[in-house]
Amino acid sequence: MRTLSPDKQRSGTHDEPLPLARPEAELLTLRGVSKSFVGIKALEDVDFDLKAGEVHVLFGENGAGKSTLINIIAGVLRPDHGVLTLQGQNKRLSSVVDARKSGIAAVFQEFSLAPDLAVEENLFLGVEPGRMGLLSKRAIRRQAKAALANLGFRLDPAARVGSLSRAEQQMVEITKAVLTEPKVIIFDEPTASLTEREVRELFRLIGRLKAEGVGIVYITHRISEIFEIGDRVTVMRDGRKIQTVALEDVDATRIVELMTGRHIGNLYPTIAHKPGRTLLRLDKLQTADGSVRGVALEVRAGEIVGLAGLVGCGKSEIGRACFGLCRLAMGSSIAFGGDLITRPTPRRMLKRGLQYVPSDRRREGLMFERSTRENISLPMLADSELSRAGFLRRSVERARARHLAEKMGVTPLQMESPVIQYSGGNQQKVVLAKIMSQDMKLLILDEPTVGVDVASKAEIYGFLAGLIETGVGILLISSDLPEVLNLSHRVYVIHDGEVRSHLAGSDISERNVLHSFFNNDAARSAQ
Amino acid sequence: MTASESRPPELGGNLVRRLFVRLGILPFFLIAAIVLFSSIEPRFLSPGNFVNIARQSTYLLIVSLGQMIVLLTAGLDLSIGSTIALASVVTATVMGGMLVIDPTAVWLAIAAGSAAGIATGVLVGSVNAIGVAIFNVSPFMMTLGMLSIAFGLALTISGGSPVYGMPDVFGTTFAYDRVLGIPIPIYIGVAVFALVYLLLNWTRAGRYLYALGSNARAVHLSGIHGVSYLFLAYVLCGLLAGATGVLLTARVQSGEANMGQELVLQSIAACIIGGVSLFGGIGRVGNVLLGVIFITLLTNGMNMVRIDGYLQQVVLGAVLILAIIADQTRLRIAGHTLTR
Repeated sequence: MRTLSPDKQRSGTHDEPLPLARPEAELLTLRGVSKSFVGIKALEDVDFDLKAGEVHVLFGENGAGKSTLINIIAGVLRPDHGVLTLQGQNKRLSSVVDARKSGIAAVFQEFSLAPDLAVEENLFLGVEPGRMGLLSKRAIRRQAKAALANLGFRLDPAARVGSLSRAEQQMVEITKAVLTEPKVIIFDEPTASLTEREVRELFRLIGRLKAEGVGIVYITHRISEIFEIGDRVTVMRDGRKIQTVALEDVDATRIVELMTGRHIGNLYPTIAHKPGRTLLRLDKLQTADGSVRGVALEVRAGEIVGLAGLVGCGKSEIGRACFGLCRLAMGSSIAFGGDLITRPTPRRMLKRGLQYVPSDRRREGLMFERSTRENISLPMLADSELSRAGFLRRSVERARARHLAEKMGVTPLQMESPVIQYSGGNQQKVVLAKIMSQDMKLLILDEPTVGVDVASKAEIYGFLAGLIETGVGILLISSDLPEVLNLSHRVYVIHDGEVRSHLAGSDISERNVLHSFFNNDAARSAQ
Repeated sequence: MTASESRPPELGGNLVRRLFVRLGILPFFLIAAIVLFSSIEPRFLSPGNFVNIARQSTYLLIVSLGQMIVLLTAGLDLSIGSTIALASVVTATVMGGMLVIDPTAVWLAIAAGSAAGIATGVLVGSVNAIGVAIFNVSPFMMTLGMLSIAFGLALTISGGSPVYGMPDVFGTTFAYDRVLGIPIPIYIGVAVFALVYLLLNWTRAGRYLYALGSNARAVHLSGIHGVSYLFLAYVLCGLLAGATGVLLTARVQSGEANMGQELVLQSIAACIIGGVSLFGGIGRVGNVLLGVIFITLLTNGMNMVRIDGYLQQVVLGAVLILAIIADQTRLRIAGHTLTR
């Protein structure tokens, strides 16, 4: 194991030229790599190469084989066939530790952090600096601080990792990976939970790693990101490599075509704005934990109202408070369908026709090891139609669940397989199918397309458009700015638990929304 | 991230491996046990011994079904052994006491004693339920505490010695008599099995129990009052343990404070070997039955080939651990990386 010295990295460039810094050197190559799981081919005869100092983007729908590929590179999985070469040497990576030792680090979406340990303890887990078997806590603190500052992450090294937000945990994970001074870093959808500012920091960091000759494998679902930081992109579909192209030679449309194998028109449907009666009105909404402070907003039938804002700005809590997942402050209430409700609970709100889609499918949305049918039918079991003499009518349940799944376009439709086997896009469709079984006046969606591939995104947007047609109101909470901007009829920009601005019609633009963010940051730094 | 140790399955090859991935370790355990014991002791395969195994299975089956219900909700009940003991002592005490008051009202005494025993189980289960469902005590700690409480109560009531004084007809009816050549406990076991099967597969409550163990948050967000169903799980488990206590009391003809302790480990083992997940949400009633049969078959076989009782405990523990290792291996081969 090499020693870790963040101090060395701070300089950004090294005194002597690194042997890796030749831009055209093939750092990592994979040839004819295949992998299958009990009969299912996850990867078939895939070639991949990575040059030193490049960002190589892997792009493809969920289930295209990207994850399997990076798991092979990171030593998590072993290929059935094929050769992996690192700096000209054939390697058989037998474990993650083995890969790390060879200079390959990965930042996965599933974090490898110990939640009960402090940030600094996590950073140096397994490679603690110390003397004669005793930990040098001062050295750990100093190096951790330096490493975090170096990457521009504002984190307290003594904070318990479990108490951090997802974005902050990801920063710890990234810092930990960079500390091992790898030759290859894999980023698996790193921006999914980062704020704009953090994304900037991350991209700056990636730029610096590139300059140092590190090869970067980058997975994302956001097309704009590909062009922003990528040098080359490899598009995958159904476990095969479709093509590797230099990004200067292609445009976004071409990439999506390669990915889906068909032409996708406009991602965002045009949704007519026909506002009806007011469904939800918040007047100085206040949560007990102070994450929402004096928010006033309104959602009418037949319109999509967007909540834009940075991660952790309180926009998520507004939705949670309305559904009864976040306690309201004393005296605060929400008005839904004309009634004032001071103590909302999911049960009460569902009865009134408010549906909520949580941002975290794994934690709050789905029963991962249960079947698609059981997930979809969970809320409908209470319907009298589904019971006779106290027993479930499973044939009715089966038919209704299948109908909803088909309507949402879950493919391939496997009603009895556990949903964990589905890609993110299909899982989200199952979540939507599930809420479709109930009467709905207002739908609150929190980050509805995180980890969802572009084709499924288009389908989900189409579905939302259809709901609006039927007179449902939608409150769309999302950190994906293009999504909010393109779908919403009106947008509230949330900052620090308050409504910063309210945009409607042609005022809804990236410039105006960002203006609200940055004005704030400027104001804050001026203080 | 767990690293997969498995080699890829050869195409078209290895039938055993594919069966293992599909069915788990239990069929292999069952076959191995039957082959082993019948080769050493031919009487193992006699029809008489089959009935014997079925009857012996009954008690473990009823307890294991209760344990399974709790395991499905991602819980655990360590107190069932003590519950059985307490129910046994209470049953014997009430029944004996009633007979002292009116020696002619035999059936009234039997009914009152049995009801008291079952009620004891429900009571213990309810206390567990209050702790787990309402005060959010971890199931492990709650039922561990209850293990001590119920055992202590059983010893206090019985004074540490067996409680006698029950009518003979209690034992003959509920443990020894046969109808159509089949001992009565088997009928009771079959009935309980059918009821639990219906509950878990054909009722809303059953579905919610699975759902609670899979993702309690999702249950809450679906507008379901999850707490009541979690409560129900522990009450049912207590009820089934209480019923087992009554049946075992009928069999040994006395109230025993040291009854049932081995059933804690055996019931958990039967469930786990039968594929019930310790993390909740996964498990089939039919497979638990097979797990119960396997455990009973194992003890029965070891008795027949005269393996010492102490050594039997070693074997049982080892089999439990083996089953869990086998299950992990199976998940790995299947390529699942279920991260929890």
